[in-house]
Amino acid sequence: MLSSKQLKLITNPINLDNPITVQVLGICSALAVTVKLEPAVVLSISVIFVISLSNVIISILRNTIPTRIRIIVQLMVIASLVILVDEVLKAYMYDVSKQLSVFVGLIITNCIIMGRLEAFALGNKPFPALLDGIGNGAGYSIILIIVAFVRELFGSGTVWGAQVIPQGFYDFGYANNSLMILPPMALIVVGIIIWVQRARNKELLDAKY
Amino acid sequence: MNVQGNSYTFIYASLMVVVVAALLSFVAINLQPLQKKNIRIEKKRDILSSIGVSSTAENADDLYEQYIKDESVIDIKGKAQEGVEAFNVNLKKELVKPPAERNLPLFKCEKNDSNFVVVPVRGKGLWGPIWGYIAMQENVEKIELEPDVVVETDSITGDTIRQETKQNFKEVKTYSTIYGAVFDHKGETPGLGAEINQYWFEEPFSGKKIFDKNGNFISIEVVKGGAPPDSRNAVDAISGGTITSKGVEAMLDTCLYNYTTYFKNKK
Repeated sequence: MLSSKQLKLITNPINLDNPITVQVLGICSALAVTVKLEPAVVLSISVIFVISLSNVIISILRNTIPTRIRIIVQLMVIASLVILVDEVLKAYMYDVSKQLSVFVGLIITNCIIMGRLEAFALGNKPFPALLDGIGNGAGYSIILIIVAFVRELFGSGTVWGAQVIPQGFYDFGYANNSLMILPPMALIVVGIIIWVQRARNKELLDAKY
Repeated sequence: MNVQGNSYTFIYASLMVVVVAALLSFVAINLQPLQKKNIRIEKKRDILSSIGVSSTAENADDLYEQYIKDESVIDIKGKAQEGVEAFNVNLKKELVKPPAERNLPLFKCEKNDSNFVVVPVRGKGLWGPIWGYIAMQENVEKIELEPDVVVETDSITGDTIRQETKQNFKEVKTYSTIYGAVFDHKGETPGLGAEINQYWFEEPFSGKKIFDKNGNFISIEVVKGGAPPDSRNAVDAISGGTITSKGVEAMLDTCLYNYTTYFKNKK
């Protein structure tokens, strides 16, 4: 269905060209919403939605956008999509929207989205732009979900809100690691993921080392 | 057509703004009823949880009907206000008014044959507003009144032939003990100030007294480093969430103070 070139648009950002671990974009939200799995997943879905749709819209408009105001146009497309997501969450998933609070609004400033619009959507046709959006959104989501899983498991002893570490452990003196809940641990977990990824994929290493 | 020209740029930008604005307002208007309903349900759930009733978004309306017996609005002197609906009072607006003009909502609840009043509170945290609901337990005090003395005298001699005293009591409903407290916030720091909506922070409020032994209003103290275990009115603050903790303390002080006349039932 997809040519190998098109397939690469989706698979590359998930691993070799991952927006968080390789392009190092969108770190801020990766730190902020990964305390629990549920908000991380909802934010991931929202980002995938916003990034693929804005990629497509900008790609359709790419030949009509005056170069001098292109950043403003991009921003406006992103902002309106984000407001759309925010309104829908408030109406249909009120609890989740409360947890995400400001972070949904912060999708607007998520560097991945602007980065993909500038780097890809402005120079490519709508369909590849859609694939690129989905790929980058998915790459972002995977990291977000891994980090959230680790932080929720060790920080609160739960996964998706359900207790998974048995009470017996606590009776033996095991305690939840409260450092996991704080932002620095997200950075450290992201660092570990980057380390593992580079150890497995030698082509990501800089030639010098 | 010159895509880079000035007039094209202007027209493009204006057109874009109009289209986007129309689209967003259309969506906002259509989703508004649902969003408002969510906010109402959340408020009902908060009030219910302050008297220890847990609810879900689906059964909140029914449980609210079941437990909340009366909604009323009073002023700072405890006098009932007419023509204002308690549920719709915007506390944020009321608190900027001078104290004598404030409309203060009250929710009277009944659970397991005990009565409570729930009052809303609102204040400032570190990053934004914080708010909550405090349920106060009703306490019926019997106050001795002057006894009635019935004296019958003999009409001829003037001697007392029968004297009877009847002890009189007046039942006064007072509210000095917190039964439960619920807090929430807009954007306090996760893991620190945001903990005010957690059970471990809210639970110690129950049983605390907001008046000292002489009946003076002392509010609740949120103590950094931990409250003394036998304290009448102190609870633990949040480590690392000092400003939010202080915000809770200030919020309770300002908001509960409005109700002191009503709580003490001195008219």
